[in-house]
Amino acid sequence: MRSFAFSSAENIEQAVSAQSDNAGEGAYIAGGTTLIDLVKLDVMRPAQVIDLNGLPLKEVEQLDDGRLRIGALVSNTDLAHHPLVTEHYPLLSQALLSGASTQLRNMATTAGNIMQRTRCPYFRDVAAACNKREPGSGCDALEGVNRMHALLGTSEHCIATHPSDMCVAMAALGATLTLEGPNGSREIAFGDFHRLPMDRPDLEHELEPDELITHITLDTPVVGGGSHYIKLRDRASYEFALASAAAVVAIEDGVIRDARLALGGVATKPWHAVEAEQALTGQPASNESFEEAAEIALAEAVSREHNAFKAPLARQAIVRALKHATQAAMNS
Amino acid sequence: MDTQIIGHRTPRVDGEFKLTGRADYAVDWQAQNMLYGYPVPASIAHGALEKLHLDAARAMPGVVDVFHHGHFPRLYRSPNSPTHQDQVSEVRLPFEDERIHYDGQYIALVVAESFEQARAAAHAVQADYRQESGVIATLLDTDQEGRLLESEGTSRGDPEKAFDEAPVKIDHTYHIAAESHMQMEVHATLAEWRDERLIVHESSQGVVYQHKAMARIFGLPDESVEVVSHYIGSGFGNKLFMWPHAVATAGAAQMLGRPVKTILPRQQDMENGGNRPASRQRLRLAADRDGTLLSMLHDSTTETSFVHSYVDSLGSATPSLYACDNVAISQRLLEVHHGTPCPMRGPGETSGIYALETALDELAAELEMDPLELRRRNYADQDPASELPWSSKHLDDCYTGAAKRFGWERRDPTPGAMRDGDEIIGWGMATASWPGLRMPCAARVELRDDGSVLAACGTQDIGTGTYTIVAQTVAELSGVALKDIEVRLGESTLPAGPLSGGSMVTATALPAVAAALRNAFDALKEVATGEGGAFEGIDPESLEIEGGALKDGQGKRVSFGEILSEQKLGSVNGEGQAASGDEKGQYSFRSFGAHFVEVRWDPGISRLRVARVVSSIDIGRAINPSAARNQVEGSIVMGIGMALTEKLDYDPRDARLINNNYADYIVPCHADMPEIDVELPDNPDYAFNEFGARGVGEIGLTGIAAAIGNAVYHATGKRIRDLPITLEKVMDT
Repeated sequence: MRSFAFSSAENIEQAVSAQSDNAGEGAYIAGGTTLIDLVKLDVMRPAQVIDLNGLPLKEVEQLDDGRLRIGALVSNTDLAHHPLVTEHYPLLSQALLSGASTQLRNMATTAGNIMQRTRCPYFRDVAAACNKREPGSGCDALEGVNRMHALLGTSEHCIATHPSDMCVAMAALGATLTLEGPNGSREIAFGDFHRLPMDRPDLEHELEPDELITHITLDTPVVGGGSHYIKLRDRASYEFALASAAAVVAIEDGVIRDARLALGGVATKPWHAVEAEQALTGQPASNESFEEAAEIALAEAVSREHNAFKAPLARQAIVRALKHATQAAMNS
Repeated sequence: MDTQIIGHRTPRVDGEFKLTGRADYAVDWQAQNMLYGYPVPASIAHGALEKLHLDAARAMPGVVDVFHHGHFPRLYRSPNSPTHQDQVSEVRLPFEDERIHYDGQYIALVVAESFEQARAAAHAVQADYRQESGVIATLLDTDQEGRLLESEGTSRGDPEKAFDEAPVKIDHTYHIAAESHMQMEVHATLAEWRDERLIVHESSQGVVYQHKAMARIFGLPDESVEVVSHYIGSGFGNKLFMWPHAVATAGAAQMLGRPVKTILPRQQDMENGGNRPASRQRLRLAADRDGTLLSMLHDSTTETSFVHSYVDSLGSATPSLYACDNVAISQRLLEVHHGTPCPMRGPGETSGIYALETALDELAAELEMDPLELRRRNYADQDPASELPWSSKHLDDCYTGAAKRFGWERRDPTPGAMRDGDEIIGWGMATASWPGLRMPCAARVELRDDGSVLAACGTQDIGTGTYTIVAQTVAELSGVALKDIEVRLGESTLPAGPLSGGSMVTATALPAVAAALRNAFDALKEVATGEGGAFEGIDPESLEIEGGALKDGQGKRVSFGEILSEQKLGSVNGEGQAASGDEKGQYSFRSFGAHFVEVRWDPGISRLRVARVVSSIDIGRAINPSAARNQVEGSIVMGIGMALTEKLDYDPRDARLINNNYADYIVPCHADMPEIDVELPDNPDYAFNEFGARGVGEIGLTGIAAAIGNAVYHATGKRIRDLPITLEKVMDT
């Protein structure tokens, strides 16, 4: 770990200007669960670290239009157990609680979870070639040990998986991020925030270096929707997904009126399976419909030497998530 | 032996120290003026170091020096002799030359005023390498067979002929990936030179061995080295013999004239601190149609590194486990370009018994016979390898007891036939076994005027409860309360004790402690019966020990403390030795047990989990049943990892370790814990030692991976012969 300057921001303005003054070379720290890890490995080398924990961004509130506004610093634990979340967005709660461990969730924040970096071992090893860590150096994962890597949204430059569970639920539920920068605040749809790696895997999102995520606002819940998050992994807890699926369905007379579907563990960003959602809408809530949706969701999958099994596994996750979501919708 | 304390549940005597942070682990030690070492690992696996760029690191804050091939004391290698107790994990010295034999090999040691400064500077060291082709990451990646080790092979009868002529046979090859010990506490060394003496605090399972090896390497008389390891946060075998980080640290401390402490980061601990070698095993089993074994051929290959020949003897249990006239084992060794392997819990036999017990399950399926029945059919009433009677064997009771508690008789033999909702249930079983091992040992006991007792032995408590069972032994034989008994372990200056390995500490150390205690009693009786003593003029032989006091035939009772105080004495001392004797030629000593496992397979989401484990493990007498049960339960958890998740992933292109941390190397976590039901039948083995104990650290791990794999076959109909059984090997695609 290299030495860095450390300062605490007392308000949002100060936090943003500290980064602007630094030409974006600094790093924000909230829970620190990604940053500290990567700094110890010498993967991230911030000259300045700006502590955000004093900022007033720890509230969860329902807006007049029915949406839910979440402060950037709300911990994963607090968010998962918040009564408005467990009541209106049980999918988000389920996804949060399937991620990491209790200790990590106590530290990790909502915006920090969105900003977390990949677990690709070549990204975490400074001696390996990685276009995300060192643009233009190549990608050791393409022909390497790539069992954990992505099938969707990949490029010839990067196949690193986005590791979040929370973000998969948000991709399914729909959300808007509020970003604060030197020129004021702006909003961006959650689905537009994370970038595909393409030829610049080092550019992971649309946040400018001197911008700060202040809030995440969830869309209004699907009326009459049942939901389920399923995470398939090598062990029962404290393990990243090999494949995960977040599903919301609303049923009318045995027919799917509305469907939301997103995938984790198999894609380079939280993967909103839009075509599969469209295919489900208007179909009977049956195993056949679910399997067809699963086929559509993975149609573009590109597998490598060790991760081909993740396509059928992701299909299984989708079918099971839709099945449980349907049951939940019927019981609600 | 009718006992009051031995064989009874006793809370750990060191529990409070651990709970309150007073237990002094190696990293807790501080020395005046201490510096911190941080090794720089090679980032290639095969080649040579051409140039080190050290200027940037040297210029960083707090950096005192950087040691490497061109800047390090000239040292000797250790003779590496098990007999002379100077065995090391790697005979090659750190920075000995510029060759690089594996990824992570130390190429330099940065020494700085703080740990953080040392780490930052280590990251700033750049190296130029000359890489060589022909990298072999693991034996799993190659067809190379390695060299045959003649000394490891044994044979009886004519197994090849019997195999060829038998009516029923199986011939399969099994692979196990290299595993990491993943002990919680990483390797750590604090080395300090004081008046030409080297004092080392190390997380070690063998202070005597490290002491002797350090003396040989630094060219010192034994008296000039001291190694201390009071507590260790486990090791599972990778702290038995010294690793190069300790030599590098002691060499740096010598050159700088200041104490140096090196704490390995997890990545380096996993790369340089040992592993269970990957293995390939071919099992050929043949039987008559009634299940009688006619031939067993067990051919193994294991890995080692290019700098040290570590042999994991996979076939060593095979000739002893079942009655069969025709048996042969062979062992090969293949050098690969990753860190040196070393013993890991149940070394050799854990891997060997996995293959043998899986092959037996395959043979049972071939015979259409219940797997438990096949094992009973070939029950060995004496040791077929040595033709000696067992000192004590109750495996049949283990089979019966565990099968009954498990409900084995309700098993439908057809794979996939047992279902529960979305899940398919699979049931499998296997035999467990580990030899009864015992080494020579010395100990010392002091009886003190305040009524307390000190027992000391140069063995270690590696978290298994050695402090507690030594205290129990003293309490049992002296009648002194546990709270008044002090136990000292983990110092090389104490009477020489055994390595904490091979499940041998209990049977080795307790008889020596008992001998020392009896000698201390004799010393006390001499005082008591001497001039002015509490029992002056009485025949010492007539005095009995009871409740921390001496007692004569008339019912007079005087406490140990009073006897000493009255004579103005502070203490009496007894030293004792113990070793096995003639019984070694009369009996074969081996522990046996049985595991029964239920797995749950949900084919709809490819989820495989162990749901239930029922085990009966006969270890003779458990000195402390709580600690012993804990060993078996822990072994079962470790076996789940071995069977389903654990694998050191080396990139086949360059032999670099990919999953060198606790997140990416997957050990079972709490949510993976099945119901575990362990029975330890109490069958004291008095032919082995006076306490009837055979030890318990390893046996629980043997057989468990086979039982899980056999259950997976029963659930899915798929026989996976490569560990770990990750879901993609089982899923329907």
